[in-house]
Amino acid sequence: MKITNEHPHVISYKKLIGILIALLILTAITISVSMVDLGKFNVWAALLIASTKCTLVVLFFMHLKYENRVIRISFVVTLFCVAILIGFIFWDISFR
Amino acid sequence: METHSDTKGARLGMWLFLYTEIMLFSGMFILYAAYLHKFPTDFIEGGKELSLVFGSVNTIILLISSFSVAASITALRKNSRGLAAGLLAAAVAIGGIFLINKYFEWGQKIHHGIYPNAPALVNGPTGENMFFGLYYVITGLHGIHIIIGMVLLSVCLVMILKNRIHSGNDGILENCGLYWHLVDIIWIFIFPLFYLII
Repeated sequence: MKITNEHPHVISYKKLIGILIALLILTAITISVSMVDLGKFNVWAALLIASTKCTLVVLFFMHLKYENRVIRISFVVTLFCVAILIGFIFWDISFR
Repeated sequence: METHSDTKGARLGMWLFLYTEIMLFSGMFILYAAYLHKFPTDFIEGGKELSLVFGSVNTIILLISSFSVAASITALRKNSRGLAAGLLAAAVAIGGIFLINKYFEWGQKIHHGIYPNAPALVNGPTGENMFFGLYYVITGLHGIHIIIGMVLLSVCLVMILKNRIHSGNDGILENCGLYWHLVDIIWIFIFPLFYLII
């Protein structure tokens, strides 16, 4: 059997545990922030923390940091498309 | 017969599929955001009904399961097959615990008369009806993804035990892992939007 394998990247256990601890700390932060009334900033704080957690998962657990350029660029393009979708829909909603 | 496996191409294909999943859930979250904009007070009242304990526990265990899938790939690449299988089994078990929690959580809500088309919701404030409608659709769709992910990871587990997945050929595990991480990411957004809204 022929296998075309580009030497896969190995992320150390230490690094993975570090990421997990960071994710758990961010979860604790998002829960405590939700207990303080910041008005409309509560939603923004929650989304900011969720996006940070998402970035950590994508970069390290999903190995995107070590991926080839095609996957990295296409991921950014996807986020860009989502941003356009959200942007135009909210443009519509806020001027109704 | 010579079989040819193209892990690089398979991984790109997996990512392309994940992009469609991102679009699917983005649509759901946009719907949520649009109704939050329209019924802010009803959404806050709805959020108070959800159990912070269930939500937090499920967030924490799902993050741990994501870690164990990532660590399982590392273990396999370091040729520790037993550890890789154990970590994968732990991830599947955590998926099961997640669903059990979800069962009790939904059960509690349904017991209190909060379920799709329930009289209390239909005759109550429109915003709360919307909130719980979205809650059931989004967490339900996410739950289906958890079940699919558990099946995929179980298949990988069996393949590791049969030595069909090994350090030189772990493309399938990698792609199933990507799916599991995406399911985790979706929950990372569901948790604050539904459980932490004040």
